[in-house]
Amino acid sequence: MNITLHVWRQKSAREPGKLVTYKRGDVSPDMSFLEMIDVLNEELAAKGEEPIAFAHDCREGICGSCSMMIDGMPHGPQDLTTTCQLHMRTFKDGAEITVEPWRAAAFPVVKDLIVDREAFDRIIQQGGFVSVNTGNAQDANAIPISKEAADKAFEAAACIGCGACVAACPNASAMLFVSAKVAQMAELPQGQPERYRRAKKMVDQHDAEGFGACRNHYECEAACPKGISVRYIAQLNRDYLKASVAVAEHAGRSSGPG
Amino acid sequence: MASTVANDANLAKVAKQNHAMGWVRGFVTSSIGAKYVMAASGLALVGFVLVHMVGNLQVFLGWEKLNAYAAFLKSTGSLLWVARIGLLVAVLAHIVSGLRLAYLNKQARPVRYRKQTSMHTNVFARTMAVSGLIVVAFIVYHLLHFTLGVTNPADYALEDPLGRHDVYSMVVRGFQQPLVSASYIVAMALVGMHLSHGATSMFQSLGLNHPKYNSLFSKVGPAIGVLVFLGNISMPVAVLLGFIQPR
Repeated sequence: MNITLHVWRQKSAREPGKLVTYKRGDVSPDMSFLEMIDVLNEELAAKGEEPIAFAHDCREGICGSCSMMIDGMPHGPQDLTTTCQLHMRTFKDGAEITVEPWRAAAFPVVKDLIVDREAFDRIIQQGGFVSVNTGNAQDANAIPISKEAADKAFEAAACIGCGACVAACPNASAMLFVSAKVAQMAELPQGQPERYRRAKKMVDQHDAEGFGACRNHYECEAACPKGISVRYIAQLNRDYLKASVAVAEHAGRSSGPG
Repeated sequence: MASTVANDANLAKVAKQNHAMGWVRGFVTSSIGAKYVMAASGLALVGFVLVHMVGNLQVFLGWEKLNAYAAFLKSTGSLLWVARIGLLVAVLAHIVSGLRLAYLNKQARPVRYRKQTSMHTNVFARTMAVSGLIVVAFIVYHLLHFTLGVTNPADYALEDPLGRHDVYSMVVRGFQQPLVSASYIVAMALVGMHLSHGATSMFQSLGLNHPKYNSLFSKVGPAIGVLVFLGNISMPVAVLLGFIQPR
Protein backbone atom coordinates (compact mmCIF):
# COMPACT_ATOMS: atom_id res chain seq x y z
CA MET A 1 0.00 0.00 0.00
CA ASN A 2 1.00 3.63 -0.55
CA ILE A 3 0.96 6.20 2.23
CA THR A 4 2.18 9.73 2.78
CA LEU A 5 3.64 10.56 6.17
CA HIS A 6 3.95 14.01 7.67
CA VAL A 7 6.34 13.52 10.57
CA TRP A 8 7.41 16.06 13.18
CA ARG A 9 11.19 16.51 12.96
CA GLN A 10 12.97 18.45 15.66
CA LYS A 11 16.71 18.16 16.29
CA SER A 12 16.56 19.07 19.98
CA ALA A 13 14.45 20.76 22.62
CA ARG A 14 16.05 24.10 21.79
CA GLU A 15 15.62 24.07 18.02
CA PRO A 16 12.28 24.66 16.30
CA GLY A 17 10.74 21.67 14.58
CA LYS A 18 8.59 21.17 11.50
CA LEU A 19 6.52 18.55 9.72
CA VAL A 20 8.49 16.72 7.02
CA THR A 21 6.70 14.72 4.32
CA TYR A 22 7.78 11.19 3.38
CA LYS A 23 6.06 9.33 0.55
CA ARG A 24 6.06 5.58 1.08
CA GLY A 25 5.29 2.91 -1.51
CA ASP A 26 5.24 -0.84 -1.00
CA VAL A 27 4.14 -0.71 2.65
CA SER A 28 2.96 -4.10 3.86
CA PRO A 29 -0.44 -3.98 5.59
CA ASP A 30 0.93 -6.54 8.07
CA MET A 31 3.63 -4.19 9.34
CA SER A 32 3.14 -2.51 12.67
CA PHE A 33 3.34 1.27 12.60
CA LEU A 34 6.76 1.12 14.23
CA GLU A 35 8.03 -1.44 11.72
CA MET A 36 6.90 0.87 8.95
CA ILE A 37 9.01 3.66 10.50
CA ASP A 38 11.90 1.18 10.99
CA VAL A 39 11.98 0.55 7.24
CA LEU A 40 11.80 4.27 6.52
CA ASN A 41 14.63 4.88 8.98
CA GLU A 42 16.84 2.26 7.29
CA GLU A 43 16.35 4.06 4.01
CA LEU A 44 17.04 7.44 5.60
CA ALA A 45 20.22 6.07 7.21
CA ALA A 46 21.36 4.55 3.88
CA LYS A 47 20.91 7.97 2.27
CA GLY A 48 22.97 9.54 5.06
CA GLU A 49 19.98 11.34 6.56
CA GLU A 50 19.11 11.43 10.24
CA PRO A 51 16.59 8.65 11.10
CA ILE A 52 13.35 9.62 12.85
CA ALA A 53 13.88 9.37 16.61
CA PHE A 54 11.04 7.59 18.41
CA ALA A 55 10.84 5.73 21.72
CA HIS A 56 10.02 2.03 21.78
CA ASP A 57 10.84 -0.92 23.95
CA CYS A 58 8.65 -3.99 24.42
CA ARG A 59 6.67 -3.75 21.17
CA GLU A 60 3.95 -5.81 22.80
CA GLY A 61 1.80 -3.04 24.21
CA ILE A 62 2.87 -3.06 27.86
CA CYS A 63 5.84 -0.72 28.28
CA GLY A 64 4.17 2.55 27.30
CA SER A 65 7.19 3.89 25.39
CA CYS A 66 5.87 4.24 21.84
CA SER A 67 4.28 7.61 22.35
CA MET A 68 3.21 9.36 19.18
CA MET A 69 0.19 11.30 18.07
CA ILE A 70 -1.05 9.63 14.88
CA ASP A 71 -3.61 11.61 12.90
CA GLY A 72 -4.47 13.63 15.98
CA MET A 73 -5.04 10.60 18.23
CA PRO A 74 -2.58 9.15 20.75
CA HIS A 75 -1.31 5.79 19.43
CA GLY A 76 -3.50 6.19 16.35
CA PRO A 77 -7.13 5.54 15.51
CA GLN A 78 -7.57 2.01 16.90
CA ASP A 79 -9.12 1.62 20.36
CA LEU A 80 -7.18 0.07 23.23
CA THR A 81 -3.98 -0.11 21.18
CA THR A 82 -0.47 1.22 21.56
CA THR A 83 1.47 2.35 18.48
CA CYS A 84 3.53 -0.84 18.40
CA GLN A 85 0.33 -2.91 18.19
CA LEU A 86 -1.19 -0.71 15.50
CA HIS A 87 -0.95 -2.26 12.04
CA MET A 88 -0.83 -0.55 8.70
CA ARG A 89 -3.99 -2.39 7.64
CA THR A 90 -5.82 0.06 9.93
CA PHE A 91 -5.16 2.76 7.31
CA LYS A 92 -6.57 3.11 3.82
CA ASP A 93 -4.32 2.75 0.81
CA GLY A 94 -3.17 6.24 -0.16
CA ALA A 95 -3.73 7.61 3.36
CA GLU A 96 -1.99 10.78 4.53
CA ILE A 97 -0.88 10.32 8.13
CA THR A 98 0.34 13.09 10.44
CA VAL A 99 2.70 11.97 13.21
CA GLU A 100 3.55 14.30 16.10
CA PRO A 101 5.06 14.00 19.58
CA TRP A 102 2.93 14.36 22.75
CA ARG A 103 2.30 18.06 23.32
CA ALA A 104 2.38 19.27 26.92
CA ALA A 105 4.44 21.79 28.86
CA ALA A 106 5.25 19.00 31.31
CA PHE A 107 6.43 16.70 28.46
CA PRO A 108 9.16 18.68 26.66
CA VAL A 109 10.26 17.31 23.29
CA VAL A 110 13.71 15.69 23.45
CA LYS A 111 14.03 14.94 19.75
CA ASP A 112 11.57 14.29 16.90
CA LEU A 113 8.82 12.12 18.43
CA ILE A 114 10.51 11.53 21.80
CA VAL A 115 9.32 13.50 24.81
CA ASP A 116 10.62 13.58 28.37
CA ARG A 117 8.04 11.91 30.63
CA GLU A 118 10.02 12.19 33.87
CA ALA A 119 7.23 14.36 35.29
CA PHE A 120 5.32 11.07 35.73
CA ASP A 121 8.23 9.60 37.70
CA ARG A 122 8.26 12.61 40.03
CA ILE A 123 4.52 12.18 40.63
CA ILE A 124 5.07 8.50 41.50
CA GLN A 125 7.91 9.49 43.85
CA GLN A 126 5.40 11.52 45.86
CA GLY A 127 3.42 8.48 46.91
CA GLY A 128 2.80 5.95 44.15
CA PHE A 129 3.95 3.15 46.42
CA VAL A 130 3.16 1.49 49.74
CA SER A 131 5.72 2.14 52.48
CA VAL A 132 6.67 -1.11 54.17
CA ASN A 133 9.38 -2.16 56.52
CA THR A 134 11.66 -4.68 54.91
CA GLY A 135 11.92 -8.15 56.35
CA ASN A 136 10.50 -11.54 55.66
CA ALA A 137 7.75 -11.68 53.10
CA GLN A 138 4.31 -11.94 54.62
CA ASP A 139 2.40 -15.20 54.37
CA ALA A 140 0.35 -15.36 51.22
CA ASN A 141 -3.29 -14.47 51.91
CA ALA A 142 -2.47 -13.10 55.37
CA ILE A 143 -4.54 -10.08 54.39
CA PRO A 144 -7.88 -11.13 52.91
CA ILE A 145 -8.75 -9.19 49.74
CA SER A 146 -12.05 -9.70 47.97
CA LYS A 147 -12.09 -10.66 44.31
CA GLU A 148 -13.95 -7.41 43.54
CA ALA A 149 -11.32 -5.26 45.27
CA ALA A 150 -8.50 -7.16 43.57
CA ASP A 151 -10.17 -6.74 40.17
CA LYS A 152 -10.74 -3.01 40.69
CA ALA A 153 -7.17 -2.48 41.83
CA PHE A 154 -5.90 -4.46 38.87
CA GLU A 155 -8.00 -2.46 36.43
CA ALA A 156 -6.33 0.71 37.70
CA ALA A 157 -2.93 -0.96 37.82
CA ALA A 158 -3.22 -1.72 34.10
CA CYS A 159 -2.00 1.86 33.51
CA ILE A 160 1.32 1.69 31.67
CA GLY A 161 2.17 5.37 32.20
CA CYS A 162 2.38 6.01 28.45
CA GLY A 163 1.03 9.56 28.67
CA ALA A 164 -1.74 9.11 26.07
CA CYS A 165 -4.21 10.66 28.55
CA VAL A 166 -2.12 13.83 28.72
CA ALA A 167 -1.61 13.86 24.96
CA ALA A 168 -5.33 13.55 24.25
CA CYS A 169 -6.55 15.95 26.94
CA PRO A 170 -7.47 19.40 25.57
CA ASN A 171 -5.91 20.76 28.77
CA ALA A 172 -2.87 18.44 28.88
CA SER A 173 -4.05 17.18 32.25
CA ALA A 174 -2.64 13.95 33.69
CA MET A 175 -5.58 13.28 35.99
CA LEU A 176 -6.34 9.86 34.50
CA PHE A 177 -2.74 8.76 35.14
CA VAL A 178 -2.70 10.13 38.69
CA SER A 179 -6.13 8.69 39.47
CA ALA A 180 -5.11 5.22 38.28
CA LYS A 181 -1.89 5.32 40.29
CA VAL A 182 -3.79 6.43 43.40
CA ALA A 183 -6.67 3.99 42.87
CA GLN A 184 -4.52 0.90 42.46
CA MET A 185 -3.52 1.40 46.12
CA ALA A 186 -6.79 2.88 47.35
CA GLU A 187 -8.66 -0.30 46.36
CA LEU A 188 -6.42 -2.50 48.54
CA PRO A 189 -6.08 -2.76 52.32
CA GLN A 190 -2.32 -2.22 52.05
CA GLY A 191 -2.95 1.18 50.52
CA GLN A 192 -5.24 2.49 53.26
CA PRO A 193 -2.77 3.91 55.83
CA GLU A 194 -1.30 6.37 53.31
CA ARG A 195 -4.41 6.72 51.16
CA TYR A 196 -5.28 10.40 51.63
CA ARG A 197 -1.76 11.67 52.05
CA ARG A 198 -0.85 9.87 48.80
CA ALA A 199 -3.75 11.44 46.89
CA LYS A 200 -2.84 14.90 48.16
CA LYS A 201 0.87 14.70 47.46
CA MET A 202 0.54 13.14 44.03
CA VAL A 203 -2.07 15.67 42.87
CA ASP A 204 -0.01 18.57 44.23
CA GLN A 205 3.02 17.27 42.33
CA HIS A 206 0.85 16.88 39.21
CA ASP A 207 -0.08 20.56 39.47
CA ALA A 208 3.51 21.62 40.18
CA GLU A 209 4.69 19.84 37.02
CA GLY A 210 2.52 22.14 34.91
CA PHE A 211 -0.11 19.66 33.77
CA GLY A 212 -3.53 21.22 33.16
CA ALA A 213 -6.70 20.74 35.17
CA CYS A 214 -9.31 18.13 34.26
CA ARG A 215 -12.48 19.62 32.77
CA ASN A 216 -14.28 16.31 32.19
CA HIS A 217 -13.86 16.06 28.42
CA TYR A 218 -13.12 12.31 28.78
CA GLU A 219 -10.73 12.33 25.81
CA CYS A 220 -8.28 10.51 28.11
CA GLU A 221 -10.54 7.51 28.62
CA ALA A 222 -11.14 7.30 24.86
CA ALA A 223 -7.39 7.49 24.19
CA CYS A 224 -6.16 5.17 26.95
CA PRO A 225 -4.67 2.01 25.42
CA LYS A 226 -5.56 0.17 28.63
CA GLY A 227 -9.11 1.47 28.90
CA ILE A 228 -8.67 3.10 32.33
CA SER A 229 -12.03 4.55 33.38
CA VAL A 230 -12.64 8.18 34.33
CA ARG A 231 -14.50 6.89 37.39
CA TYR A 232 -11.05 6.72 39.01
CA ILE A 233 -10.84 10.49 38.51
CA ALA A 234 -14.12 10.91 40.41
CA GLN A 235 -12.71 8.68 43.15
CA LEU A 236 -9.52 10.77 43.22
CA ASN A 237 -11.64 13.93 43.50
CA ARG A 238 -13.36 12.47 46.58
CA ASP A 239 -10.07 11.34 48.14
CA TYR A 240 -8.42 14.69 47.43
CA LEU A 241 -11.36 16.54 48.96
CA LYS A 242 -11.16 14.44 52.09
CA ALA A 243 -7.37 14.76 52.22
CA SER A 244 -7.65 18.54 51.93
CA VAL A 245 -10.56 19.38 54.20
CA ALA A 246 -10.77 16.54 56.71
CA VAL A 247 -7.30 15.11 57.22
CA ALA A 248 -4.85 17.04 59.38
CA GLU A 249 -1.29 17.36 58.14
CA HIS A 250 1.25 15.82 60.45
CA ALA A 251 4.99 16.13 60.60
CA GLY A 252 5.63 12.41 60.24
CA ARG A 253 8.85 10.81 61.27
CA SER A 254 11.97 12.89 61.06
CA SER A 255 14.27 11.81 58.30
CA GLY A 256 17.46 11.85 60.38
CA PRO A 257 18.38 10.37 63.74
CA GLY A 258 17.47 12.41 66.83
CA MET B 1 21.54 19.86 65.44
CA ALA B 2 20.91 20.08 61.73
CA SER B 3 18.03 17.66 61.97
CA THR B 4 16.45 19.74 64.78
CA VAL B 5 16.46 22.79 62.52
CA ALA B 6 14.97 20.72 59.70
CA ASN B 7 12.27 19.41 62.05
CA ASP B 8 11.40 22.91 63.23
CA ALA B 9 11.04 24.01 59.62
CA ASN B 10 8.93 20.93 58.93
CA LEU B 11 6.70 21.56 61.96
CA ALA B 12 6.25 25.19 60.92
CA LYS B 13 5.27 24.06 57.42
CA VAL B 14 2.79 21.54 58.81
CA ALA B 15 1.30 24.16 61.15
CA LYS B 16 0.85 26.48 58.18
CA GLN B 17 -0.82 23.74 56.15
CA ASN B 18 -3.22 23.05 59.00
CA HIS B 19 -4.10 26.72 59.38
CA ALA B 20 -7.35 27.56 57.58
CA MET B 21 -5.70 30.29 55.51
CA GLY B 22 -3.14 27.76 54.35
CA TRP B 23 -5.23 24.74 53.45
CA VAL B 24 -8.24 26.57 52.05
CA ARG B 25 -6.00 28.54 49.72
CA GLY B 26 -4.10 25.40 48.81
CA PHE B 27 -7.31 23.51 48.14
CA VAL B 28 -9.14 26.04 45.98
CA THR B 29 -6.07 26.72 43.86
CA SER B 30 -5.27 23.02 43.28
CA SER B 31 -6.53 21.54 40.03
CA ILE B 32 -9.05 19.31 41.84
CA GLY B 33 -10.08 21.93 44.42
CA ALA B 34 -10.77 24.36 41.57
CA LYS B 35 -13.10 21.73 40.09
CA TYR B 36 -15.03 21.62 43.37
CA VAL B 37 -15.25 25.42 43.31
CA MET B 38 -16.58 25.33 39.73
CA ALA B 39 -19.05 22.54 40.53
CA ALA B 40 -20.34 23.97 43.82
CA SER B 41 -20.72 27.53 42.51
CA GLY B 42 -22.17 26.12 39.28
CA LEU B 43 -24.74 24.15 41.28
CA ALA B 44 -25.81 27.33 43.06
CA LEU B 45 -26.05 29.16 39.74
CA VAL B 46 -28.07 26.38 38.07
CA GLY B 47 -30.44 26.46 41.05
CA PHE B 48 -30.81 30.21 40.67
CA VAL B 49 -31.37 30.00 36.90
CA LEU B 50 -34.15 27.44 37.38
CA VAL B 51 -35.91 29.35 40.19
CA HIS B 52 -35.50 32.62 38.26
CA MET B 53 -37.07 31.00 35.19
CA VAL B 54 -40.03 29.51 37.05
CA GLY B 55 -40.67 32.86 38.75
CA ASN B 56 -40.54 34.75 35.46
CA LEU B 57 -42.81 32.28 33.66
CA GLN B 58 -45.61 33.82 35.73
CA VAL B 59 -45.65 36.47 33.00
CA PHE B 60 -47.95 34.00 31.22
CA LEU B 61 -50.41 34.27 34.15
CA GLY B 62 -50.97 37.99 33.63
CA TRP B 63 -49.74 41.24 35.15
CA GLU B 64 -51.40 40.80 38.56
CA LYS B 65 -49.51 37.59 39.31
CA LEU B 66 -46.12 38.73 38.01
CA ASN B 67 -46.20 42.12 39.71
CA ALA B 68 -47.38 40.53 42.97
CA TYR B 69 -44.47 38.07 42.75
CA ALA B 70 -42.02 40.94 42.16
CA ALA B 71 -43.50 42.86 45.10
CA PHE B 72 -43.20 39.75 47.26
CA LEU B 73 -39.50 39.37 46.41
CA LYS B 74 -38.89 43.04 47.23
CA SER B 75 -40.80 42.65 50.52
CA THR B 76 -38.38 39.99 51.78
CA GLY B 77 -35.92 42.84 52.38
CA SER B 78 -32.76 41.61 54.04
CA LEU B 79 -33.44 38.02 52.90
CA LEU B 80 -33.29 39.24 49.31
CA TRP B 81 -29.90 40.77 50.02
CA VAL B 82 -28.63 37.55 51.58
CA ALA B 83 -29.64 35.75 48.38
CA ARG B 84 -28.11 38.46 46.19
CA ILE B 85 -24.81 38.40 48.05
CA GLY B 86 -24.73 34.61 47.96
CA LEU B 87 -25.37 34.74 44.24
CA LEU B 88 -22.66 37.34 43.75
CA VAL B 89 -20.16 35.20 45.65
CA ALA B 90 -21.06 32.17 43.51
CA VAL B 91 -20.79 34.20 40.30
CA LEU B 92 -17.43 35.68 41.24
CA ALA B 93 -16.04 32.32 42.38
CA HIS B 94 -17.22 30.72 39.14
CA ILE B 95 -15.74 33.46 36.93
CA VAL B 96 -12.42 33.88 38.76
CA SER B 97 -11.81 30.15 39.12
CA GLY B 98 -12.96 29.47 35.56
CA LEU B 99 -10.71 32.12 34.02
CA ARG B 100 -7.76 30.98 36.11
CA LEU B 101 -8.28 27.37 34.98
CA ALA B 102 -8.65 28.44 31.35
CA TYR B 103 -5.36 30.35 31.60
CA LEU B 104 -3.48 27.50 33.33
CA ASN B 105 -4.86 24.98 30.86
CA LYS B 106 -3.62 27.09 27.95
CA GLN B 107 -0.19 27.21 29.62
CA ALA B 108 -0.21 23.43 29.97
CA ARG B 109 -0.02 23.02 26.18
CA PRO B 110 2.13 25.85 24.79
CA VAL B 111 2.69 24.13 21.42
CA ARG B 112 -0.54 22.99 19.80
CA TYR B 113 -0.96 19.94 17.61
CA ARG B 114 -1.04 20.44 13.85
CA LYS B 115 -3.76 17.83 13.85
CA GLN B 116 -5.93 16.77 16.77
CA THR B 117 -9.00 14.56 16.51
CA SER B 118 -11.74 14.64 19.14
CA MET B 119 -12.71 11.17 20.32
CA HIS B 120 -15.31 11.94 22.97
CA THR B 121 -15.68 15.60 23.85
CA ASN B 122 -18.07 17.96 22.06
CA VAL B 123 -18.19 21.58 20.99
CA PHE B 124 -20.21 22.64 24.06
CA ALA B 125 -17.56 21.27 26.42
CA ARG B 126 -14.74 22.88 24.42
CA THR B 127 -16.32 26.33 24.40
CA MET B 128 -17.17 26.67 28.10
CA ALA B 129 -14.94 29.71 28.60
CA VAL B 130 -16.28 31.48 25.51
CA SER B 131 -19.95 30.72 26.21
CA GLY B 132 -19.41 31.65 29.86
CA LEU B 133 -17.85 35.02 29.06
CA ILE B 134 -20.59 35.95 26.57
CA VAL B 135 -23.18 35.01 29.21
CA VAL B 136 -21.40 37.30 31.72
CA ALA B 137 -21.67 40.16 29.22
CA PHE B 138 -25.35 39.33 28.77
CA ILE B 139 -25.94 39.29 32.55
CA VAL B 140 -24.46 42.79 32.81
CA TYR B 141 -26.86 43.98 30.09
CA HIS B 142 -29.78 42.08 31.68
CA LEU B 143 -29.16 43.73 35.06
CA LEU B 144 -28.88 47.18 33.45
CA HIS B 145 -32.12 46.48 31.59
CA PHE B 146 -34.47 44.96 34.18
CA THR B 147 -32.85 45.22 37.62
CA LEU B 148 -31.28 48.67 37.56
CA GLY B 149 -33.39 50.26 34.82
CA VAL B 150 -30.44 51.97 33.16
CA THR B 151 -31.07 51.05 29.52
CA ASN B 152 -34.86 51.66 29.47
CA PRO B 153 -35.59 54.09 32.34
CA ALA B 154 -39.09 54.97 31.09
CA ASP B 155 -40.21 51.28 31.16
CA TYR B 156 -38.54 50.80 34.54
CA ALA B 157 -40.47 53.72 36.09
CA LEU B 158 -43.91 52.28 35.19
CA GLU B 159 -46.41 51.52 37.95
CA ASP B 160 -49.45 49.26 37.79
CA PRO B 161 -52.98 50.32 39.00
CA LEU B 162 -52.10 49.07 42.50
CA GLY B 163 -49.11 51.38 42.63
CA ARG B 164 -46.58 48.56 42.36
CA HIS B 165 -43.46 48.40 40.21
CA ASP B 166 -44.96 47.27 36.87
CA VAL B 167 -42.55 44.46 36.00
CA TYR B 168 -45.07 43.00 33.55
CA SER B 169 -45.20 46.07 31.31
CA MET B 170 -41.48 46.59 31.57
CA VAL B 171 -40.84 43.05 30.32
CA VAL B 172 -43.44 43.23 27.54
CA ARG B 173 -42.21 46.61 26.30
CA GLY B 174 -38.63 45.36 26.40
CA PHE B 175 -39.38 42.22 24.42
CA GLN B 176 -41.50 44.07 21.87
CA GLN B 177 -38.21 45.40 20.47
CA PRO B 178 -36.98 42.61 18.15
CA LEU B 179 -33.29 43.38 18.72
CA VAL B 180 -33.69 43.19 22.51
CA SER B 181 -35.57 39.90 22.21
CA ALA B 182 -32.94 38.57 19.80
CA SER B 183 -30.16 39.33 22.29
CA TYR B 184 -32.06 37.43 25.02
CA ILE B 185 -32.68 34.47 22.72
CA VAL B 186 -29.04 34.26 21.63
CA ALA B 187 -27.88 34.58 25.24
CA MET B 188 -30.23 31.76 26.29
CA ALA B 189 -28.80 29.54 23.54
CA LEU B 190 -25.35 30.12 25.05
CA VAL B 191 -26.63 29.48 28.59
CA GLY B 192 -28.17 26.24 27.30
CA MET B 193 -24.87 25.19 25.69
CA HIS B 194 -22.95 26.05 28.85
CA LEU B 195 -25.34 24.09 31.09
CA SER B 196 -25.46 21.17 28.71
CA HIS B 197 -21.84 20.35 29.55
CA GLY B 198 -21.65 22.05 32.95
CA ALA B 199 -24.61 20.49 34.72
CA THR B 200 -23.43 16.99 33.74
CA SER B 201 -19.74 17.67 34.35
CA MET B 202 -20.64 18.90 37.84
CA PHE B 203 -21.36 15.37 39.06
CA GLN B 204 -17.95 14.04 38.05
CA SER B 205 -16.20 17.06 39.58
CA LEU B 206 -18.01 16.46 42.86
CA GLY B 207 -16.80 12.87 42.75
CA LEU B 208 -20.16 11.39 41.79
CA ASN B 209 -19.60 8.64 39.26
CA HIS B 210 -21.47 5.39 39.63
CA PRO B 211 -22.54 2.83 37.01
CA LYS B 212 -26.12 2.92 38.28
CA TYR B 213 -26.41 6.69 37.93
CA ASN B 214 -24.01 7.68 35.13
CA SER B 215 -26.60 7.47 32.36
CA LEU B 216 -28.85 9.73 34.44
CA PHE B 217 -26.02 12.20 35.12
CA SER B 218 -25.17 12.33 31.41
CA LYS B 219 -28.76 13.38 30.61
CA VAL B 220 -29.12 16.00 33.36
CA GLY B 221 -26.94 18.61 31.61
CA PRO B 222 -28.55 18.45 28.16
CA ALA B 223 -32.03 18.25 29.78
CA ILE B 224 -31.45 21.35 31.93
CA GLY B 225 -29.81 23.11 28.98
CA VAL B 226 -32.83 22.51 26.72
CA LEU B 227 -35.30 23.30 29.51
CA VAL B 228 -33.64 26.62 30.39
CA PHE B 229 -33.31 27.57 26.73
CA LEU B 230 -36.93 26.79 25.80
CA GLY B 231 -38.42 28.05 29.06
CA ASN B 232 -36.67 31.40 28.89
CA ILE B 233 -37.04 32.11 25.17
CA SER B 234 -40.77 31.31 25.43
CA MET B 235 -41.23 34.76 27.01
CA PRO B 236 -39.68 37.01 24.31
CA VAL B 237 -41.11 34.71 21.60
CA ALA B 238 -44.60 34.94 23.13
CA VAL B 239 -44.35 38.73 23.30
CA LEU B 240 -43.13 39.00 19.70
CA LEU B 241 -45.90 36.70 18.45
CA GLY B 242 -48.50 38.60 20.45
CA PHE B 243 -49.47 35.76 22.82
CA ILE B 244 -48.50 38.03 25.69
CA GLN B 245 -50.25 41.37 25.31
CA PRO B 246 -49.40 44.68 26.98
CA ARG B 247 -51.46 45.40 30.08
